[in-house]
Amino acid sequence: MSDKDKMGIDRREFLLNGAALAGATALGMLPSGLALAQSARVRVGLMLPYTGTYAQLGVAITNGLKLAIQENGNKLGGREVEYFTVDDESDPAKAPENANKLVQRDKVDVLVGTVHSGVAMGMVKVARESGTLLIIPNAGADAATGPLCAPNIFRTSFTNWQPSYPMGKVLADRGMKNVVTMAWKYGAGEEAINGFKEGFTKAGGKIVKELWLPFPNVEFQPLLTEIASLKPDAVFVFFAGGGAAKLIKDWQAAGLKGKIPLFGSGFLTDGVLDAVGDAAEGMETTLHYADSLDIPKDKSFRLAYAKTFKLQPDVYAVQGYDAGQLLVLGAKAVNGDFGKKNEIIAAMEKAVIDSPRGKWTMSKAHNPVQDIYLRKVVGKENRYVSVAHKALADPARGCKMG
Amino acid sequence: MDISFILIQLLNGLQYGLLLFLVASGLTLVFGIMGIINLAHGSFYMVGAYLAFSLSAMTGSLLLAVLLGVVLSVVLGIVLERLLFRHLYQRDHLYQVLLTYGLILVFEELRSIIWGDDVHGVAIPALLNFSLPLTDTLSYPVYRLAISGVCLALALGMYVLIQKTRLGMMIRAGASNREMVQSLGINIKLIYTLVFALGVALAAFAGMIAAPVSSVFPNMGAQVLIICFVVVVIGGIGSVRGALLAAILIGMADTFGKVLVPEFAGMTIYVLMALVLLWRPEGLFKRA
Amino acid sequence: MQQSTRALTLTLAAAALLLLAFPFAESKFYTQLLSKIMIMAIFAMSLDLLVGYTGLISLGHAAFFGLAGYAVALMTPQYEAPDLWTSLPAAVGLCAAFALVTGFLVLRTSGVYFIMVTLAFAQMLFFLFHDTKLGGGSDGIYIYIKPEIRLGETSLLNLDDARHFYYFVWIMMIAVYGFLRTVLRSTFGHALLGIKTNEHRMRALGFATFRYKLAAYVLSGALAGLAGYLAALQFGFVNPEILSWHQSGAVLMMVILGGMGTLFGPVIGAFAFVLLQEMFSNQAVLGAFAKHWQLLMGAAVILVALYLPGGLAGLLARPGRKKAIEADDG
Repeated sequence: MSDKDKMGIDRREFLLNGAALAGATALGMLPSGLALAQSARVRVGLMLPYTGTYAQLGVAITNGLKLAIQENGNKLGGREVEYFTVDDESDPAKAPENANKLVQRDKVDVLVGTVHSGVAMGMVKVARESGTLLIIPNAGADAATGPLCAPNIFRTSFTNWQPSYPMGKVLADRGMKNVVTMAWKYGAGEEAINGFKEGFTKAGGKIVKELWLPFPNVEFQPLLTEIASLKPDAVFVFFAGGGAAKLIKDWQAAGLKGKIPLFGSGFLTDGVLDAVGDAAEGMETTLHYADSLDIPKDKSFRLAYAKTFKLQPDVYAVQGYDAGQLLVLGAKAVNGDFGKKNEIIAAMEKAVIDSPRGKWTMSKAHNPVQDIYLRKVVGKENRYVSVAHKALADPARGCKMG
Repeated sequence: MDISFILIQLLNGLQYGLLLFLVASGLTLVFGIMGIINLAHGSFYMVGAYLAFSLSAMTGSLLLAVLLGVVLSVVLGIVLERLLFRHLYQRDHLYQVLLTYGLILVFEELRSIIWGDDVHGVAIPALLNFSLPLTDTLSYPVYRLAISGVCLALALGMYVLIQKTRLGMMIRAGASNREMVQSLGINIKLIYTLVFALGVALAAFAGMIAAPVSSVFPNMGAQVLIICFVVVVIGGIGSVRGALLAAILIGMADTFGKVLVPEFAGMTIYVLMALVLLWRPEGLFKRA
Repeated sequence: MQQSTRALTLTLAAAALLLLAFPFAESKFYTQLLSKIMIMAIFAMSLDLLVGYTGLISLGHAAFFGLAGYAVALMTPQYEAPDLWTSLPAAVGLCAAFALVTGFLVLRTSGVYFIMVTLAFAQMLFFLFHDTKLGGGSDGIYIYIKPEIRLGETSLLNLDDARHFYYFVWIMMIAVYGFLRTVLRSTFGHALLGIKTNEHRMRALGFATFRYKLAAYVLSGALAGLAGYLAALQFGFVNPEILSWHQSGAVLMMVILGGMGTLFGPVIGAFAFVLLQEMFSNQAVLGAFAKHWQLLMGAAVILVALYLPGGLAGLLARPGRKKAIEADDG
């Protein structure tokens, strides 16, 4: 009996503690509300992955963006900047909620994000409904600047179609007729393969077979066996991160390297060269960025980035940096008055971004019109070879803007 | 599809299945003998892979790294068992689920703090770094075959340990009746600690020897976790034999699913599991 | 003892009323956040019917949640709002039907095997939506316009309005709670508890236990469908991730964290799970350490598993109350 009495007290204590906890949570909610009233800062919301598989990309994009704004005296249109960050965990199920955290709770002037396409689709949804300015620094979902394009949505990276399309012509020009494609069965994979297919068949090539792997499965062996028996002129793939690293190594171990050439959009060999050793040597990919580009802006950017963050920049850092540059430019046009949304949008549409990847402009659908480079793996570099396609614009199918 | 193509695919399925068995064996042991549902099993696999990465960079040898790594993971297992799992044996399975879910979060974040979020590679030992030509275009990496050999040896070793040794007898007795074993004067607590540490070590060992082919990357544990559970359940919980057979079945289903029904390749192993369990609701083998 | 039960009831009622007043005091974001938590609470209660009352642990409950979400998204014409009166029953009915069909199969197994077969069916559905173009593939699909109920010219209920939506969800949550409470106090509910405690004995007593379990499974699936329907409407965005095993795992965590076998436990669990994560990942609270929110969340979950056997509800409920009920009926 006394035990039960004791529990009774504990329970009351818990209720008190519970109230305290609720209070603390309420306090946690307050600062952002208060801050809004007192600060005249520009509120920049970063919704990026800071945990999980894409955490590294989230950090690179954040660094790039902050560097661009730092170079502008840490100001946007003359106003100080305040950053609000949300870890999107690359979880699309939580995407609209996380975007609302920044839009409604933190009242940000501009939303920047993200890496994962599914999450970006959730952000696009929120941006279209709230009218908040959205800058996408990576996610390549074609729809964001296609059927779902909107005046307040910009992208500083690529569409999934974009880096793959030029490789079609590159292969056809080398006299390759029969090509097998392989990718993860998900949005980005399908769009990338479609891009390549369009470019390759237009140039007279034929896709012998499309191979798919359930995302994010990395057991390539059955498909490599199939490729070996099909003996195509070349194979074009779309993989990234850990999956890409494993494919490159498996390819070599299966003895296919040197017999059937492997091509891909540049994500295949970006950020994995340390992990794969010499297995990637000589591989060619297409992307909107490359190492050893002979562009002065690239050299100064790399120097500044390395100095500030003690890290080497990558394509993701460049995309973040350009998102920052785009913001600087838009804010400048209105002297930091983010209420003048139409004027900011007009300025951003006309922007010529002096990017480390080379100068680029905005398409009518708000996606970069940019050079796509052919690169070759030499040592630990994705070295620039040539321009695979000059000033390539995404076809933006389904976009009714502009 | 000619005959050699099918034979090579069979080899692929077998080889993948054996690798799955390696990862799942620790799970079925801990699951079957201690009745612990360990969601963090994938995390131990990940820890193993990252240990292989760090230790092989330090020592310059994968073999040394594996030896050191196994010792470290046994220690990790003992610590976790004493600190956490020991308190949950008498409780409903669901608390183990809750606890190990928490552990996943903790391990993933610690991984990020200690090792960062990069993709890393581990070199294949020079001795095994070559391939056997199978057809004019395709070769088979010897390291993969070596893994298969290790898996088979391990399966045999586990079988002997559990079925033929005194320790195995105590373990089996402890699994079926904890109190009775205790009253016979056997230190059941010690046995449980040992079994748990063995389970952790097996998962970590799998991560270590798979690291050179799988690469080392964030969230790699989550990817193997579910498939390991599928293997354990199809095989029959606690049955090492069953896990071996189930792993090979899954390896085959995955391999031929990708080749024959690429549109639905993601579903094949789950369809297989559903079918097996509808046919035999307690898996292929009941507890061995 | 009587007193503490009443105190508990009063506390819960007060909390429910407090929730009612919330949208007037706080921002739109928190109104939406609480709406989402209440949706998860419905989801968790539906799972508790299986886990806490029938002894069936499902790791595939998100299948129903996601199926209802996809149902409403696919039923909605692109430039029109879905009709509440047809789409809600259709989505919930679809989930009930799916539960009936799969229930016949999965209920042949028990224990850990049941956990895994439910997972298997959920995964099949996940890959169906993820790998095919049926529902927009891995990028998901939108619901552009939300339902509205009008009486002549005046809008009675416009779910596009965050407050309207909030109250709609609040009513649903209370209704589900009331409904399940009634069900569980009926002979049917007692039979379920009996099955949980000792199925063999129930069968010996002449209960057709399979039918009872199937009915519970269908009911649970339908209510999870209700939650999924609401979730899809709230943000107008459906993605395969909403029926992934992470989602099934998360709702199971809410049930255990809150305390299974008590209807209010899962509700508390839903609030605690989401609010804890909010707090740990909020920079205003934890500064730079918010980046490591997973560490704190993991530690909190471990502590609950070790030291709060009854979940959070165990702190509130009278100890032994659950056992007493089981003893009565067993």
